[in-house]
Amino acid sequence: MEKKVLVLGEIKDGNLRNVSLEAIACAKQIRNDGEITGVLFGNHAKDCAETMIHYGADRILIAENPELSHYTTDAYTQALMQIINKESPHAVVFGHTAKGKDLAPRLAAKLGVGLVSDAVEIEMNNGRAIYTRAIYSGKAFERVTVTEGIELVSVRPNNMKALKKDTSRNGPVTAFDPEIKNLRTIVKEIVNKTRGGGDLSEAKIIVAGGRGVKSKEGFRPLEELAEVLGGAVGASRGACDAEYCDYSMQIGQTGKVVTPDLYIAAGISGAIQHLAGMSQSKIVVAINKDPEAPIFDVADYGIVGDLFDIVPKLTAELKKILV
Amino acid sequence: MNIYVLMKRTFDTEEKIIIRDGEVDKEGAEFIINPYDEYAIEEAIVLREAHGGEVTVITVGDEDAQKELRTALAMGADKAVLINLEELEGPDHFTISEAISSWLADKDVDIILGGNVAVDDGAGQVASRVAEKLGINQVTTITELTIEDETVKIERDVEGDIEKIETTLPLLVTCQQGLNEPRYPSLPGIMKAKKKPLANVGVNELEMNEKELTAKTKTIDRFLPPPKAKGKILEGDIDQQVNELVHLLKNEAKVI
Repeated sequence: MEKKVLVLGEIKDGNLRNVSLEAIACAKQIRNDGEITGVLFGNHAKDCAETMIHYGADRILIAENPELSHYTTDAYTQALMQIINKESPHAVVFGHTAKGKDLAPRLAAKLGVGLVSDAVEIEMNNGRAIYTRAIYSGKAFERVTVTEGIELVSVRPNNMKALKKDTSRNGPVTAFDPEIKNLRTIVKEIVNKTRGGGDLSEAKIIVAGGRGVKSKEGFRPLEELAEVLGGAVGASRGACDAEYCDYSMQIGQTGKVVTPDLYIAAGISGAIQHLAGMSQSKIVVAINKDPEAPIFDVADYGIVGDLFDIVPKLTAELKKILV
Repeated sequence: MNIYVLMKRTFDTEEKIIIRDGEVDKEGAEFIINPYDEYAIEEAIVLREAHGGEVTVITVGDEDAQKELRTALAMGADKAVLINLEELEGPDHFTISEAISSWLADKDVDIILGGNVAVDDGAGQVASRVAEKLGINQVTTITELTIEDETVKIERDVEGDIEKIETTLPLLVTCQQGLNEPRYPSLPGIMKAKKKPLANVGVNELEMNEKELTAKTKTIDRFLPPPKAKGKILEGDIDQQVNELVHLLKNEAKVI
């Protein structure tokens, strides 16, 4: 049976986020020749519509109401509910991002349906989607399926592979004007606090520091390395507790769970809670003075030594080939 | 102020996970209050200290969860409720939030606090689902909360950035690290907790119909990730190590 699938595209700084392309790839597995409809809200919706089509969406619905220019639970829930009621999709796919995490469960409750959160893999079995998701912060995994009703799923950034871009694809882009009312949340201000390359969950490369960085200033060489690599800077709980950096940078069981292509751990010993947040990274590099540090157990490449000697040299060496 | 906290009992974050017959082996494991829920309990107590009222902590679980409820009472919560769904087959986020919402339906709620995610299951669904079922507003991953008369001022963490928002009660919030520093139960707190009310609620005491009792998702199996192959410790002096690392990242791992 053909299955209609909706994908909520996410726009950040005027561009479509990668996770939205990965969500389209997930939708393509579910759809069984059904139609994939991309949904875009707010400013830049029109600009991003084409990108979604190039990456596999068949048609796009856009809503540019001013109430959707910034995310609020109420506005997005109302707008998406109206689309779902009209389109009657088999499934709706979200990114497991700040928006997706806030919106998908709310919508699932409104529809009275099941939601698979933070899926890292999808496989089809007799026409039914089976999702793999991490439990215990990646210490284990489970496979889950939706047994009845509309299927909601949010996909973890950096795990499912986006389809190849095909600029010859085209499809209709239709505007609609949802009725949005009685908003209970007013966004007053957004303070940008992320340092060194932005969002950790979508970063392809992360340079993370632990207690070994010794101070706030100790993060400087890590930031320089991240900058050369075009990556983001993260931290262990130890570094956050010691107030070397903000908790928004924390990676681990409490904190963010990340799966970049390259994770460079500098001065991180590798407590089990930290490993839970990063051990599924594709390549792990560990730099630590202590050869017995457990971080070396999950590292693909390890250097035993002082990060303040090694990291600047590494930055200089990479600069030669990357900049 | 009528304050409610949604709490979950989870594995200690130090625990290694063992899978037996497709299930996580709970035998001999240490349990704790989900770390994010501790922020919720702390914030609830702070709110009561500032505004008066009562803090009720709710959990869904089996009788073992009484231990974590008593801990919450020892921290300073006033009442505890244990909703036991053991007789249901494979309750999921849908059924658990239906059960909590059913229990809360006839209560006069000002604010509900929960953790932003449980570190065992990692889905973060139940709190938002409960807010929707009760028809109240939600604000997730909060790092600061101030209630002045009718106005609620909140700062929330949005992937590292801070969003400053205003809203009103009734409200559900989920708590993020940085919100507060949860207190430890004091000895007098532990003594008092033994006498505080802890209600056990079974499925039959909740007004739930067949549809609300039926899970929408099913876990097929659970498994451990494949063990990682032993990595390579680079040799030589610093320059050699760094050069080799760059070479490996570029040519072997192909990640730069």
